[in-house]
Amino acid sequence: MAAPRDASHTTDESAERSLPADSLGPRPFPVEPPYDQSTRDPVPVLELLDVSKIYRTGEIEVAALRNVSLRIEENEFVAITGPSGSGKSTLMHILGCLDVPSSGVFRLAGHDVQTFDENQLADVRNRFIGFVFQQFNLLAYLSAWRNVELPLVYAKVRPAERKARALAALDVVGLADRAQHKPGELSGGQQQRVAVARALVTEPGMILADEPTGNLDSTATADVLALLDELHRAGRTIVLITHEHDVAARAQRTVMIRDGGVFVPTAAAVGA
Amino acid sequence: MNWRDTFRTAGDAVRTHRLRSALTMLGIMIGISAVVLTVGLGQGARSKVQESINALGTNLLVVSPGSTTSSTGVRGGFGSASTLTLEDAAALSNRDAAPDIQAVATETTSNVQVDYGTTNWTTTLTATSATWQEVRSREVTAGRFLTAADDAGIAPVVVIGPATATELFATLDPIGQTVTVNNVSLKVIGVLDELSSSDSTRNNDVALVPQSTYSQLLVGGASRDSVSSIYIKATGSGTLSAAYQEADALLLNTHGITTATSADFSIATQASLLSTANSVNDTLTVMLAGIAVISLLVGGIGVMNIMLVSVTERIREIGLRKALGGRPRLIRRQFLVEASILGLAGGVLGVAVGFAGAAILPHISDSRVILSTSASIGAIAMAMAIGIVFGVYPASRAARLAPIDALRSE
Repeated sequence: MAAPRDASHTTDESAERSLPADSLGPRPFPVEPPYDQSTRDPVPVLELLDVSKIYRTGEIEVAALRNVSLRIEENEFVAITGPSGSGKSTLMHILGCLDVPSSGVFRLAGHDVQTFDENQLADVRNRFIGFVFQQFNLLAYLSAWRNVELPLVYAKVRPAERKARALAALDVVGLADRAQHKPGELSGGQQQRVAVARALVTEPGMILADEPTGNLDSTATADVLALLDELHRAGRTIVLITHEHDVAARAQRTVMIRDGGVFVPTAAAVGA
Repeated sequence: MNWRDTFRTAGDAVRTHRLRSALTMLGIMIGISAVVLTVGLGQGARSKVQESINALGTNLLVVSPGSTTSSTGVRGGFGSASTLTLEDAAALSNRDAAPDIQAVATETTSNVQVDYGTTNWTTTLTATSATWQEVRSREVTAGRFLTAADDAGIAPVVVIGPATATELFATLDPIGQTVTVNNVSLKVIGVLDELSSSDSTRNNDVALVPQSTYSQLLVGGASRDSVSSIYIKATGSGTLSAAYQEADALLLNTHGITTATSADFSIATQASLLSTANSVNDTLTVMLAGIAVISLLVGGIGVMNIMLVSVTERIREIGLRKALGGRPRLIRRQFLVEASILGLAGGVLGVAVGFAGAAILPHISDSRVILSTSASIGAIAMAMAIGIVFGVYPASRAARLAPIDALRSE
């Protein structure tokens, strides 16, 4: 943010510590825009090698993750499951670049995330990852489209383009007619669809959904899962964290986490 | 996120929490309006003093009997018998001895009752000479002023102030009427112009008679030649200090005093009167402004308090913004802008309240308030600065929050 002037999506970030030059640009991932698959890149979207996460509380050390290795390819639909306390939330935080591992290597599209500082992590989250949370996490005082627009604001996209893209994303989730509504005026399922629209508006390489159906009834759950299926078919990489087996069953592959480790580390096709 | 987005986001947050924002602004507003009003009152008092001293006449020196207190604590030359006499005035009028003195007028005053028919009015009877008009820069609106001939002939004539004329004669033309003072009949020959000064009573309610009439017909007594004060008009503002030196030397000589410290009179200039009065005003203004600044400080702490509450309350929002790619610096800037908007709005409201107070105050009390644009702009800037200064800590706290901790909180 050395240059606070209005900037386009391809902002010159050279003035400050930033991502490596080769990761700059409107689409930092070697990933195609949604609904268009033509080329493929051999680099995995996510790669964890021997990753551990240790929390220290005074003298006590708690290993939330122990030597986890995981590889997620582009356009995979992976579910991560496990009982509460198993470490799946910690894994989600690391995958989402919200936290960094204590040891091991975590590569995101080939970049070693551990070397990134706070600002670079913020940029990575902004461009590579679309978050969907259990609590929706919409800002109550902003209308639906302004909520969807938020990641683009931090990506320094011009206002006019922001609005157009936010409305287009709302159209994808079938809420174009609710663009002016505040979250409080929408049902839970609709709110989560707005959150999905916000996750995909930056055209990220990966959508990371953390218990996206945890607060939804069965109808709304079906809606949101159908939307994730659709995005997957359109070429998105989707990582879904859940403790519900029927939700996990929608994914191509399930990774079980138990006691901080991967329970079934090999790819086990579960079938969608 | 450019500045426009930052301001829009901060503005949204301020609008969303209306009551909270309004209460925060209230603290700043009270502080700023207090500052604006006290500074305005100080300026008003200063101009009031300036005006009343200017009303004495320009380039004026006032000689009073008595001197400054000596080192032994005895105040010399101040008693029932004045040490100033008509001879002193005559000596000062000598253009050869005192070339920088343009005119000299004596004043001897006492409170008397003036009768006209069945109407009576107590006013200040002042004995003086024809030069008074020149020295005190006053005009007569009707009739004429006292002349040297009046003084020489002990003429039973009087010139009255406009307020006195109204009290005694109401709508009647005072010129040529006869009034009675101490059983002596005096003919009204002139009416002074009205002086719109703050102490208008002293300047507009007077009765002037020739010195000889005063001492020989009206009062009498042993100290016929003594006067209560001598007014000296210098030839110009540049020669005021020279006139001061000349008057001082002449009076010491006339009184046969060799050391200046034992003088039985004192000479005051307008500047010295003004500075004395202003120093008193300044002390008061500084004290009041100090209290106002303290209240402003309290308002600033209010801003900090509210911003900290805001950060705690919006911890999930902060976590979300960080997760969506908000750099710490942008988060800090958002909260800083929010705090400065609160400060700025409070400052603008405070100045508005200050102006309203300045419009109302003169109607309910005898005080004058002078507001300056620069002081108002300064006050608004100060309010904004307070918002920023007291917003730094909450904003930094928001920026330092780890996104996972922020998202996790309920």
